[in-house]
Amino acid sequence: MAAGSTYTPIATTTLGSNTNTVTFSSIANTYTDLVVVVSAAISGGATDIQYRFGNGGTIDTASNYSTTVLYGTGTAAGSYRQSSQTYILADYYAVPSSTLGNSAAIFQIMNYSNTNTFKTALNRSNQAGGGVDATVGLWRSTAAIDTIRFYANTNGTQNFLTGSTFTLYGIAAA
Amino acid sequence: MANTYTLIEAKTLGSAVSSVTFSSIPSTYTDLLLKVSVRSSTTNDWIGLYFNGSTANVSGRIIQGTGSGVSSSTSNPAIQAILSDSSSFTASTFGNAEVYIPNYTSNNAKSFSIDTVTENNAATAYMQLLAGLWNPATQAAITSITLVASSGDMAINSTFYLYGISNS
Repeated sequence: MAAGSTYTPIATTTLGSNTNTVTFSSIANTYTDLVVVVSAAISGGATDIQYRFGNGGTIDTASNYSTTVLYGTGTAAGSYRQSSQTYILADYYAVPSSTLGNSAAIFQIMNYSNTNTFKTALNRSNQAGGGVDATVGLWRSTAAIDTIRFYANTNGTQNFLTGSTFTLYGIAAA
Repeated sequence: MANTYTLIEAKTLGSAVSSVTFSSIPSTYTDLLLKVSVRSSTTNDWIGLYFNGSTANVSGRIIQGTGSGVSSSTSNPAIQAILSDSSSFTASTFGNAEVYIPNYTSNNAKSFSIDTVTENNAATAYMQLLAGLWNPATQAAITSITLVASSGDMAINSTFYLYGISNS
């Protein structure tokens, strides 16, 4: 890969205060794939991070999402599946703690602007004190993704904490 | 266009060695990405990974598949982080790994992600996902990464590529 030519930072957010959602909007359709790197801490009691996609600035909150999870807890390994949900699960056991630096998640969203296909996202979430997850999410829409919103807990009922970082990269095939 | 995905250093082993260190890692990037292709000169199949010269204060959880089963356990990434093709595995096959370290210069603990596999023309090969954490008593930017064979040496032609990724 020619350095810098195909892996471009689109936007980055370091939270200056606690917030329940983080949104990347107006994502240009000039790339092929997207990568999001999240290093978050969330308030106590959160059981997961969720995310949704949108087009035209409108987040799809309908039951158009599914998630498959492969997880390891440190003592058990397993898989979990949910379909026809209103969100994609970003994690299952690797839920961030309330301490900054304790979690890392990397999302890859393929062909995000292809209007002929539904959208698939791969994710690896890591929280050494909780678990290790690999997830696959599906958005059953042929609309191009121009908005991504992350939620701390179900529908953002907890907070991402100050200092959490979210960075969106675009990867171009040519 | 911004130079956001930059090769910091590449190493290809010309002879078997027990450890490889990337030192003096600049603080000018946001994240680090390490790509490894490694084979062992002995029956060892683990490579440990640690930061800033200290094997202390690292922890991890793994999920591993063998081709016939799956399990999860806690691990010490300083000893067991990356899968290496053992010398008993099919000749010329190498273990591969990708290590991603966000915010490596922060003053917080450093969480990292490892996906690693072996390949082997036999019934058993391994795939592992690891959630790692380096949490020293005094937080510091990562300035060096050491990979060390749990026993014996890493074989000739093993490769190690360290990239820096910038968010601006």
